[in-house]
Amino acid sequence: MASHVVAAVDEIPPGRRKLVEVAGRNIVVFNLGGDFFALNNRCPHRGGSLAHGITTALVESTVPGEYRCSRAGEMVKCPWHGWEFDIRTGKSWCDPSRLRVRQYTVTVKEGRELVEGPYKAESFPVRVENNYVVVEA
Amino acid sequence: MTATKTAIDCDVHPTVPSLKALLPHFDEYWRNSIAERGIPGFESNTYPPRAPISVRQDWKGKNGGGNAATDVTMLSAQVLDRLGAGQAILNCLYGAHLPYSEDMGVAVAKAVNNYIQKEWLDRDPRLRASIVVPTQNIEYAVDEVERMAADKRFVQIQLVTMQETPLGRRHWWPLFAAAVKHDLPIGIHPGSTYRQSMTSLGWPSYYVEDYVSYAQAFQSQLGSLICEGAFAKFPKLKVVLMESGVTWLPGFLWRLSKFWRGVRSEVPWVDRPPGEIVREHVRLTIQPFDAPDDPAITEQMADHLGSDDILLYASDFPHWQFDGDDALPRGLPESLKRKILVDNPLATYPRLREDAR
Repeated sequence: MASHVVAAVDEIPPGRRKLVEVAGRNIVVFNLGGDFFALNNRCPHRGGSLAHGITTALVESTVPGEYRCSRAGEMVKCPWHGWEFDIRTGKSWCDPSRLRVRQYTVTVKEGRELVEGPYKAESFPVRVENNYVVVEA
Repeated sequence: MTATKTAIDCDVHPTVPSLKALLPHFDEYWRNSIAERGIPGFESNTYPPRAPISVRQDWKGKNGGGNAATDVTMLSAQVLDRLGAGQAILNCLYGAHLPYSEDMGVAVAKAVNNYIQKEWLDRDPRLRASIVVPTQNIEYAVDEVERMAADKRFVQIQLVTMQETPLGRRHWWPLFAAAVKHDLPIGIHPGSTYRQSMTSLGWPSYYVEDYVSYAQAFQSQLGSLICEGAFAKFPKLKVVLMESGVTWLPGFLWRLSKFWRGVRSEVPWVDRPPGEIVREHVRLTIQPFDAPDDPAITEQMADHLGSDDILLYASDFPHWQFDGDDALPRGLPESLKRKILVDNPLATYPRLREDAR
């Protein structure tokens, strides 16, 4: 397990995502209202790329005809078969205890910390005055 | 016989010998109309009298002109005494669902229910029955349930599989509300109002196509009930699929559950896999059990249903689904047999647990 600098914070504004490759793994990093979440970019069903899925609200209902939306943009639907995953937890909606996407720890670090190491920023230069997204993988 | 004295046969068909037998149970206007218009009867095409499925050869009565089960003595002797059962639920398939006229539908449904009550239930305390309802108008259907529900020997509301609209649609909900209110499961039995073609492709040419198409119709009705949210709206609703064939269920549920995962936000009230909903709300009568006569396969099929609670004993008398006196397919584990014969019917039909007299 190592810490990888994968993006400058302003590269992934709220509501957007970025697909990165870290230590040979494809990982998608989402920004939900300023909080970052990193998921394995592989749907546990058939391997669809979650980075290419739409993000949407959680839809719930207790009686037919009622449609209750919450948590706008916090569910990602696999572009292949539409299975929904909670970006905050990686759990599927349809079978949360058994079917989930692997989640990675994400932190935001100031450039000045990164320059001192031990972080790896393989693909771009780190500036002291910026903030960066760091994935543990 | 493998059934027992406490077994409950959940699908038995009394035959209305002719419209004449129903006449005393119509009111004056309809008695007159039947005579004056020369209405011949309301038999449906669902079970043509000479089709092998319609009557098992050794169950044809001497007095029935080739029809079986035209009187209570004959039916009770065959179903209760010979096959072995303590109680039987009568599902009369006479065509109350056929007329286009709402008023005529009401008249036939009332006559059938009165006839079953007086000519069958009153003559053998071991018999129970389903309420036939005029589905031509949902308000009238509810009225008929309200009229008959006071008689606790009526334990279910009976519908034919092929209706004018899919059964989950909100149009039907007043009937489901009445069902729940009176502890009556909704029993769905092969039959058609013939408002739509027998298959989703159009009208087939031959009877064999008609009969096998009910298995597809059951799938569509089950899909409708689940996806339209009938069970979310009525958490106490129980549905019994009669004479459905049974073994199509696991494959259908697999498909429905799989595709539900991807499009479930369209039906957010379906908040758990359809298979779970079925195991809670849906029951199936065991004849016919579509599978080879191989005990190992029977056991495997029963296992695929995913629950010991959902099969109900039924002979489907007088329809020809099996030979001999054992209506249960070979290979069911003993513990499951007991559930199918007694426990599951009692759990499904609350009114069977009450003293009806």
